[in-house]
Amino acid sequence: MARAVTTQRKALNTLAAWTVGLLIFFPILWTILTSFKTEAAAIADPPVFLFFDWTTENYSAVMQRSDYAQFLWNSIVIAGGSTVLGLIVAIPAAWSMAFVPSKRTKDILLWMLSTKMLPAVGVLYPIYLLFIRLGLLDTKIGLTLVLMLINLPIIVWMLYTYFREIPGEILEAARMDGASLRDEILYVLTPMAVPGIASTLLLNFILAWNEAFWTLNLTAAKAAPLTAFIASYSSPEGLFYAKLSAASTMAIAPILIMGWFSQKQLVRGLTFGAVK
Amino acid sequence: MSNSIRALMGACAIGALATAASAETITVATVNNGDMIRMQGLMDEFNAEYPDIEVEWVTLEENVLRQRVTQDVAAKGGQFDVMTIGTYEVPIWGAQGWLVSLNDLPEEWDADDILPAIRGGLTVDGELYAAPFYGESSMVMYRKDLMEKAGMEMPEAPTWDDISAAAEAMTDKDNEIYGICLRGKAGWGENMAFLSAMANSFGARWFDEDWNAQFDSEAWANTLNTYMDLMTNYGPPGASTNGFNENLSLFQQGKCGMWIDATVAASFVTNPNDSSVADQVGFALAPDNGLGKRGNWLWAWSLGIPAGTDSEEAAKTFVAWATSKEYTELVAEKEGWANVPPGTRTSLYENEEYQKVPFAEMTLNSIEAADPNQPTVDPVPYTGVQFVAIPEFAGIGTQVGQEFSAALAGQQSVEQALENAQAITTDEMEAAGY
Repeated sequence: MARAVTTQRKALNTLAAWTVGLLIFFPILWTILTSFKTEAAAIADPPVFLFFDWTTENYSAVMQRSDYAQFLWNSIVIAGGSTVLGLIVAIPAAWSMAFVPSKRTKDILLWMLSTKMLPAVGVLYPIYLLFIRLGLLDTKIGLTLVLMLINLPIIVWMLYTYFREIPGEILEAARMDGASLRDEILYVLTPMAVPGIASTLLLNFILAWNEAFWTLNLTAAKAAPLTAFIASYSSPEGLFYAKLSAASTMAIAPILIMGWFSQKQLVRGLTFGAVK
Repeated sequence: MSNSIRALMGACAIGALATAASAETITVATVNNGDMIRMQGLMDEFNAEYPDIEVEWVTLEENVLRQRVTQDVAAKGGQFDVMTIGTYEVPIWGAQGWLVSLNDLPEEWDADDILPAIRGGLTVDGELYAAPFYGESSMVMYRKDLMEKAGMEMPEAPTWDDISAAAEAMTDKDNEIYGICLRGKAGWGENMAFLSAMANSFGARWFDEDWNAQFDSEAWANTLNTYMDLMTNYGPPGASTNGFNENLSLFQQGKCGMWIDATVAASFVTNPNDSSVADQVGFALAPDNGLGKRGNWLWAWSLGIPAGTDSEEAAKTFVAWATSKEYTELVAEKEGWANVPPGTRTSLYENEEYQKVPFAEMTLNSIEAADPNQPTVDPVPYTGVQFVAIPEFAGIGTQVGQEFSAALAGQQSVEQALENAQAITTDEMEAAGY
């Protein structure tokens, strides 16, 4: 009897999980489907779900009009660069906060997070003017720096929670064995925290990839990533939904595929430290 | 610390190098519309003529572009050498000294050929600050088959009463046919573009000569009441979120009897690939009330050059090419006359080939019926037909648009909406020091 109930519950849970999952994924699925419709089918009312004339004309139109490879490369450099740079800064910072906290550590953590509470547009002008002065407008290095700084609080916070799960005694033992601070972080702490670091890396890569405020405002022709590529297909006067969907699908495809392959890491990392 | 300073210095050096290497590269910021995309496809022709100018494109959605170029021109960021801007920005930016005067474009560019209404909207104190790429007004697009079925005929220059009668006759809600589709989505360039132009034909105005808001006038009450009557009785459901694209989609699917909107829509609704009613569309001038002004607007997407660009000469060469008569002929040769950018030059409308395009004449008549320098029945201190060319307008117009959209959604009465509009406008204008 007990077994039957469990199976039933399991089935119910699975069903619920699938429902929620599909609901969340539906807009993306719809975008992908729309990208294969003609412009007329894209706006049809009632909307058509699967039974329409599939076409790839939107993709060829988009490829012909825009230099997808350049946008993609910019996205990879900016998202990858800002994440790696962020980790280089955040690992030592999180180490010190987790293992040698001072009286002010909690305050500093909160203060860091508070920088995320201001809407980005509030500092647009100061940053824009700084970028003009420094010649950083429309450069990949400028965007990399900005995205790194924006995501830094999240990176530090995530790493801090992971590091707190690692017993300080292990690091102490390493120190007793004569490991320097550098060795301790590089050879003891980092390998133990790999799931945490990996999920931080993945999450921040996704955040940086999708960041659409600074990437649109601080770039023009040279450093524009895929967010700008999508924006160039949106229009208030003219129906370009199918082409816009094709551009969106092309922009999210790399990150979607990456997320699919690394979902194990991602889930493990995100739940790491959840059970105390 | 020293490392990060070094990194910053390195970044500066890279930035400086990038600028130096691109002396003859010009960056053009533009909107995503058919005419602009077509031009990007014709860059080989430009380069054949001017091999030493390389053009880089930044295409953005209209509202993003507006914010982006405003920010850049105000902060002197120097990101763009040519900017696509509208008739709202040009007079304001020109007066601020943010744009290069284009009075010295070559003789053969022929400034006198530009339609006077369009040219007037782009000129400040005798200086032309932007070259029009394409111009548009608004007009009535209607279904000839539905009108015939109702036993009615659309006059070439209808009154609002004609529109109301036609809307009533064509509405067939059981078959999802709505007599009239109009903009309801809030925004200064959305519902307020339509309503400000409509108000002009009712004798209303945004401000009197002393910059006092006029929403407490009877003319505004008449405007809004007529709009509400049309939309609640004969309009599609959920109209308070409909903008250009939503109405275009409804019209193309045969769900609207009439649609009063941008003349550029004519080429979309008559395109048989996208529109199920392509061969049934008729055109008429925007309605009036016999007061001497029609409810149509005037807009031109134009190319302006920001003051302080490093490549002023190259930018001027490009602007002159893109807005020339030769460019029009080039597009006609490659893509047909229906696809040339409309609404900027007299010579285009004198061209016999172009006169064969079904919406050509009505587009020209609509543009000529609008006067940005005298947009209203009573005198006003501002220019602009469907907008007021002052920097504060974008903010005020959008707030007022939200009030009117809320009234259309049934969240408040017309009286309440007008009262709020009056209060908002008065407050904002006082704060701005008018």
